Amino acid sequence: MNRPEREAAVRRIMERTPPQVPPELYADVLRRGGRMLRRRRAARRLMWMLMCAAVVAFTVWALMVHPWVEPPSETTPPLSNW
Amino acid sequence: MVRDRQVSQGARRAREFEAFVAGAAGRLLHAATLLTAEATDDNPRARRLLTLSLAHTYASWDRLRGEDPYDRARQYLASRFARAAWHQYGGLGRARPHPDSPLGALAPQERLIVVLRLYEGVAEEQAAALLGLPTERVRTICERATARLLHPPRPPVPKVAGAKVAPS
Repeated sequence: MNRPEREAAVRRIMERTPPQVPPELYADVLRRGGRMLRRRRAARRLMWMLMCAAVVAFTVWALMVHPWVEPPSETTPPLSNW
Repeated sequence: MVRDRQVSQGARRAREFEAFVAGAAGRLLHAATLLTAEATDDNPRARRLLTLSLAHTYASWDRLRGEDPYDRARQYLASRFARAAWHQYGGLGRARPHPDSPLGALAPQERLIVVLRLYEGVAEEQAAALLGLPTERVRTICERATARLLHPPRPPVPKVAGAKVAPS
C-alpha cells in the first residue's frame, strides 16, 4: 500500500461514526461567548479610562508645577554690597 | 443612533454566527471526539472543547477581518487540546481512551496530528506551525501513526493460568 492509499484508509476509519451535535450546544456557546465578549469590552473600557485619568493627572500636575521652568538657584548667595 | 447601529450589528452577527455553527459544529465535534478518543455517544470532553472553541470564535467574530472562522475555531480547538494533553501527560487525571474510538490506540499528540493532517486536511507546514514542531517531525509522526492504525500490533498473548504448573 502506498502513502495515498494508506491515508485514504485512515480517513475511512475516522469517518465511520459521526457523533450527534447536542441541541443545547448553541445556547451554551452563546452564553460563554457573550460572557467572554463582555469581559473583554469591560477590560478595554477600564484600560481606556485608566489612560485618560493618567493623561489628565499628568496635565494638571504639569500646569501646577511648571517643570520646564528653571528653578531659582539655591547655592549661590544673593549678591549684596556690589 | 449609535445604539440602533449596535443592535442591528448584534443581530447580524447572531445570524451569521448561527449559520456558521449550524454548518461547522458537526464536523468540529467529530474532530474533537476523535481527538479525545471518546465514545461517539458519550463525549463530554469533546463537547467542552467544542463549546470553548466556538465561544472563542464568537467573541472574536467582529475582528476576523475576512479570516475563515472555521480555521480560527479549529486552530483554537487544536491548541487547546495540545495544552490539555500536555498538562494531563502521565498525571492522575489522564483519561483512558475508549476502546471503540478509532484513534484509541494512539498517543494524544499522534491523534492531534492525524486528525489535523488527514481528517481536516491541513497542510503539513501549517500543522507544524500550529504545533510548533519541525515539518519532518510532523510527517514522521503522521506516518508512524498511520502504520499503527492500519496494522495494529498484536495484543499481548494472555497467559494461560496454570499451563506450566506441574500437576500435583
